[in-house]
Amino acid sequence: MSSAATYMPIATTTLGSNTASVTFNSFSGYTDLIIVINGRTTRANDSDAVQIIFNSDNSNSYSFTLLYGDGSSAGAGQASNTSSHTLGRLIGTSSTTQPSMLIGQIMNYSNTTTYKTILGRSANQITNNYGVYANVGLYRSTSAITSMTLTPAVGPNFVTGSTFTLYGILAA
Amino acid sequence: MSPLLTGVLASGISGHLSVTGNLVSLQTVTVGSGGASSITFSSIPQTYTHLQIRGIARSTYNTGGSTSLIIQPNGNSTISNYSVHLMDGNGSSLSVYGASGDYPQSSISNATTTSGIFGAAIIDILDYTNTNKYKTIRALGGNDNNGSGTIRFSSGALYSDTNAITSITLLSGASASLTQYSTFALYGVK
Repeated sequence: MSSAATYMPIATTTLGSNTASVTFNSFSGYTDLIIVINGRTTRANDSDAVQIIFNSDNSNSYSFTLLYGDGSSAGAGQASNTSSHTLGRLIGTSSTTQPSMLIGQIMNYSNTTTYKTILGRSANQITNNYGVYANVGLYRSTSAITSMTLTPAVGPNFVTGSTFTLYGILAA
Repeated sequence: MSPLLTGVLASGISGHLSVTGNLVSLQTVTVGSGGASSITFSSIPQTYTHLQIRGIARSTYNTGGSTSLIIQPNGNSTISNYSVHLMDGNGSSLSVYGASGDYPQSSISNATTTSGIFGAAIIDILDYTNTNKYKTIRALGGNDNNGSGTIRFSSGALYSDTNAITSITLLSGASASLTQYSTFALYGVK
């Protein structure tokens, strides 16, 4: 039985100014990828979806199924044939002091046999802004993922100080 | 790449984030051609604090768009020994389910969906070597089929004994099989 330590930080960035997108394009040799975001966007008075595209592919090859709770009610939703995947949601300008967090799990990202499935969770403490959110996404491509770009759906920017870290997990 | 004109390219890691080594890869099982009725991790080392299982899977079951992925520690297949609570979103509504006498489980794709679609699951088994308490299992998983799908939070427990967990079996619900390319990896958490 082999045993190897994993969960390796691959790349990170802390935004020095409001920024429209963040790209990771140098990762290989892992089984799964995990993106951890702590931050906000410049969208006014609401939370904002964080969109991700893989391999610069903005064809309608994405879809997702979600559930959420906002403190007073819970709901579900779905989108199909979209040009990007919604990884989760970050708070916008509703708060300047409470950043929200998002964790995305990109499973078997280098597999060239299956489509790619992504699990996402995000959270923030501002009422009526998708306080707790989870989804499962599908990227209908059998190509290995070699790059990913994150953008706010409305934004137009991620705010200064937002942090983005990519981790890799390697299976034995 | 044009997005970089207004964006940033994340930098390589420097020393301050080198906090590695708390997740240890132990075993990986990938289903071969012909499928498999189950996947089993056996002879699990008793030297970690928690276990995590990560993987993708597809069931041969051919009804509905989603099928449960069942989790059975220590080869214990007696359903009355388990309990489970689920919260599901199916794209249009949210539902909850709880039962004493049902297996811990996640959700995966099945044979009604386009080939190539596999569900994903991340399963945590906490304090698995402790012999003084029942074991709790939680999972985040689901499958999206481009127009249907299930996102599932679940927790479950094995109530028949307090034995340390030395093996874990994963199998499709509805007495179906797991298809080729289904793959799961077991990790120890220090």
